[in-house]
Amino acid sequence: MTELHWLGATELASALDAGEVSAQEVAGALLQRADEVDPSVRAVLTRTDERLLEDARAADRRRAAGALRSPYDGVPVGYKDIFVTRGTVTTAGSRILEGYVPPYDATVVQRCSAAGLPLAHKLNMDEFAMGSSTENSAFMATRNPWDLERVPGGSSGGSAAAVAAGIVPWAWGTDTGGSIRQPASLVGIVGVKPTYGVVSRYGMIAFASSLDQAGPLTRNVRDAAALLEIAGGHDPRDATSIPGPAPRLLDGIDAGIEGLRVGIVAEFMQAEGLAHGVRARVEDAYRRLEKLGAELGEVHLPISLEHGISAYYLIAPAEASANLARYDGVRYGLRVDGEDVVAMTSRTRAAGFGAEVKRRVMLGTYSLSAGYYDAYYGRALRVRTLIKQEFARAFEHVDVIASPTSPTTAFRLGERTADPLAMYLSDLFTVAAPLAGLPAISVPCGLSPDDSLPVGLQLIAPALQESTMLRTAYAFEQDLGFAASPEGRPPL
Amino acid sequence: MSDAFETTIGLEIHVELATASKMFCSCPVAFGGEPNTRTCPVCLGLPGALPVPNRKAVEYTIRIGLALNCRIAERAGFHRKNYFYPDMPKNYQISQYDEPLCVRGHVDVPTEDGVLRVGITRVHLEEDTGKSVHVGGSGRIADSDRSLEDFNRAGTPLVEIVSEPDIHSAEQARAFVSELRAILASLGVSDVRMEEGSLRVDANVSVRPVGEGEHGAKVEVKNMNSIRSVGRALQYEEARQRDALRRGEMPTQETRHFDERTGRTSAMRTKEFAFDYRYFPEPDLVPLTPSRAWVEEIAARLPELPAARRARFAADYALPAADVAVLTASPEVARWFEEAVAAYGGEPKRIANWVTGDLFGLLNDAGVELTEAKVTPAGLAALVRLVDAGRISGKQAKGVLQAMFDSGAEPEAIVAERGLEQVSDEAALQGAVDEAIAANPDAADKVRAGNLNTIGFLVGQVMRRTGGRADPRVVNELLRRKLVP
Amino acid sequence: MPIDRAAVDHVARLARIALTEEERERMQAELSVILAHAERIAALDLDGVEPSAHAIELTDVMRPDEVGECLSRDEALANAPAVEDGRFAVPRIIEDA
Repeated sequence: MTELHWLGATELASALDAGEVSAQEVAGALLQRADEVDPSVRAVLTRTDERLLEDARAADRRRAAGALRSPYDGVPVGYKDIFVTRGTVTTAGSRILEGYVPPYDATVVQRCSAAGLPLAHKLNMDEFAMGSSTENSAFMATRNPWDLERVPGGSSGGSAAAVAAGIVPWAWGTDTGGSIRQPASLVGIVGVKPTYGVVSRYGMIAFASSLDQAGPLTRNVRDAAALLEIAGGHDPRDATSIPGPAPRLLDGIDAGIEGLRVGIVAEFMQAEGLAHGVRARVEDAYRRLEKLGAELGEVHLPISLEHGISAYYLIAPAEASANLARYDGVRYGLRVDGEDVVAMTSRTRAAGFGAEVKRRVMLGTYSLSAGYYDAYYGRALRVRTLIKQEFARAFEHVDVIASPTSPTTAFRLGERTADPLAMYLSDLFTVAAPLAGLPAISVPCGLSPDDSLPVGLQLIAPALQESTMLRTAYAFEQDLGFAASPEGRPPL
Repeated sequence: MSDAFETTIGLEIHVELATASKMFCSCPVAFGGEPNTRTCPVCLGLPGALPVPNRKAVEYTIRIGLALNCRIAERAGFHRKNYFYPDMPKNYQISQYDEPLCVRGHVDVPTEDGVLRVGITRVHLEEDTGKSVHVGGSGRIADSDRSLEDFNRAGTPLVEIVSEPDIHSAEQARAFVSELRAILASLGVSDVRMEEGSLRVDANVSVRPVGEGEHGAKVEVKNMNSIRSVGRALQYEEARQRDALRRGEMPTQETRHFDERTGRTSAMRTKEFAFDYRYFPEPDLVPLTPSRAWVEEIAARLPELPAARRARFAADYALPAADVAVLTASPEVARWFEEAVAAYGGEPKRIANWVTGDLFGLLNDAGVELTEAKVTPAGLAALVRLVDAGRISGKQAKGVLQAMFDSGAEPEAIVAERGLEQVSDEAALQGAVDEAIAANPDAADKVRAGNLNTIGFLVGQVMRRTGGRADPRVVNELLRRKLVP
Repeated sequence: MPIDRAAVDHVARLARIALTEEERERMQAELSVILAHAERIAALDLDGVEPSAHAIELTDVMRPDEVGECLSRDEALANAPAVEDGRFAVPRIIEDA
């Protein structure tokens, strides 16, 4: 049998059901794995060993009593450190929240606990989810399990690396401009950004409220669908949450894609900076989809490609500049003293925020300030409308849109830190979906022939069409066989 | 020269809504309380918390808008207003900017010179801040060495009402605020207590020489904590600016603080640069599109407003304007009065006299609201009926009212207990009348001789002998029968 | 449009971040580059295009006016850097700036 730490969540659930292992044994195996690999991967920001074991014990008791909370009761889950956890330190990767202990649980955490999922660690991230490499964490840089000299992507790099390295079977991340999909792509796992409003944002520390969306990072597509079923659905605490129960995503996930219309984004394939090896793997993927019965066509998203990054880097920092104003040294978090409250707050924020956060807060403040609103923020909101319209037109002809997730495979640590704009361009193919609120997934499509690093295929669907998207990704994943084979695991 | 200036005043009024829970979370709304005992992740601005608007607060805002003759927006939205202040948990206030719930209304304000129509620019909904206590120095912000923050009030629903600059004197401003407060009180949407800050008034005042097209510098006056201080502060400010202009000085644009104690306004430290609030649409909240059906339902449930009530009181109860003004100043007083009139069944003016005179006197002395008083409308009606029936005198009734006020007892019971009831039975009074005549032969002779003025003296003597309980009209009649041929 | 030093200082003040001399310099250069890229959207014809503040169109999401549970005072103050008399203590407040 495969070692426990390489099993996916659904496989673990089956093993638990079959009585092959106990939840405590699973937790123990995962903790041992973390001891072995995390010192080099550095995915975990706060280990919650005690809590994990305690939760696992409780799960075993429920199983013995025949009182399971869900089919996944006893399968541990990791959380990006952006989800607040009652009684467990939550930092969002920032010095300004070092040691902060929230008095409440995020809705996602609450629902996973209610389903019996033991809490397995708070995972590293770019500070306040601002970054594409996890190098912007105030505490440490997470490494890519495929090559420890490379980044795991970001901002959910800790979640992605932990799942890829076998530290947790699945984990929650958040995606604002690609923060789930890009790291999933760079470490060779599945990452889903649902339709905006499908998963509650309550208790998810805000970066850019109109874009932020939580989603799963998993070893396979089925697990992603399952985690969304567990925690998705309407939450009255989030006014932007879509009404209705959690989507049914597992039903029919294996129904195949005969006759499905898949649109290839012409502009993305012609983009400057698309790595040769990435192009090669993604083109293979397109052919595989066709082989599986899909009808391939071309769609055009010129505004998304040309102006998506600009709109994104005006809208997200503007919202962030307000969302991060609450870190002022008054009620919680870091305080650096000053002779008056202005000096205190200004010094606190200077000491508590890292360079990227300062840059984006400054950028957002500037783009909202008197005299610039119309030229920057106001204009960006209108570009957002154009991007929505562009997608709506494309979806008149196709059911799913396909593209590379990231223009390149994982880059080296430090390679892009000196050039913010180069870093921003990592998000070239991923920013459009959140701007339009659409669901998108990154699913592994093998290793690049150039550097033997993972490449991700991105699929984007119309709003609330997660089931079509997951069905497509599932068919592709099963046919490729990468995720299930040892080839799909990092050499760690 | 003294008449050669004109004043322009615009008012901004903040009203705390009396909802059960806060604007964006389920913490209770209440005044005072132990600091920081009514907070939650949302109103404390904790990381990850999200606002969800209170439907009742939106309904109250629409109710206010309708009462102020506003147009209710078909689409309204919330914006973030960004500025740092330690009493504001998120360092932005969720407010409304270019899409307020209500726009373009007016209030008809009764003044001594007739009705003044004041335009209402907008009515919008936002959230209140916490409260700072300044420690060290004199306890004022200027020389304190630190401040302490209590967030119990943070997130209380707050409505901002902005008037057009249609007000041209301190007295008009006072009358406007008074009328607005009466309207808000009728609507039942707020406690409207200026001392407790549930109604807050800021004014923009500018004075310019008559005929000059340009408005003078706008001076913002803050800290007016009662309707009376609105009048005093603006009167002072008007005079101050006029005097400055007479001296050839231009008043500067600034914010001034009214000092209740000295009756003066003084400049607050001038801002170094204009605030840049960086308003943008609140991404955590979605637009409001109040349906026509909902607005009509709210309109249908609007209570009688002060202007309508005043007209009705004048017409139905035949009361003079002064009584109407006092009796309709608050919906509670009006309701109390109407209940008393209904219980009484006689001339409403009689009840009005007792309420505005003796009863209000007692309330004032005791510092008690009418609604909290032990005297009931039915009790007052019963008391006045006792006087009408001649069973007690008007003077005695005042004492009985005091007793009712103190104990809450019924007037009949007090009259019986004190043995106050007038004796009007002729047979019972005969003895006292005979005694008085016998004891005062000179006076009796004068009356017999036709000097009827002296009857009063004899009536007084009978009253003394009966401990004041005799009905003087009956005594008078008996004396006449005895002495006048 | 390149952003000048005065603008950097103004924005830092609005955002309440005390920048070092070196940070101010770097910020000016970096923001100028990013804004120059962002200004590509100036070329788009946006006449008659409505702004989208939200990803998904929802309206009229409200909650009933019901009172729920609050944090205890201890919970509310648990993470505070400074507490006095059950309140959050801050250095003196200055009205301007």
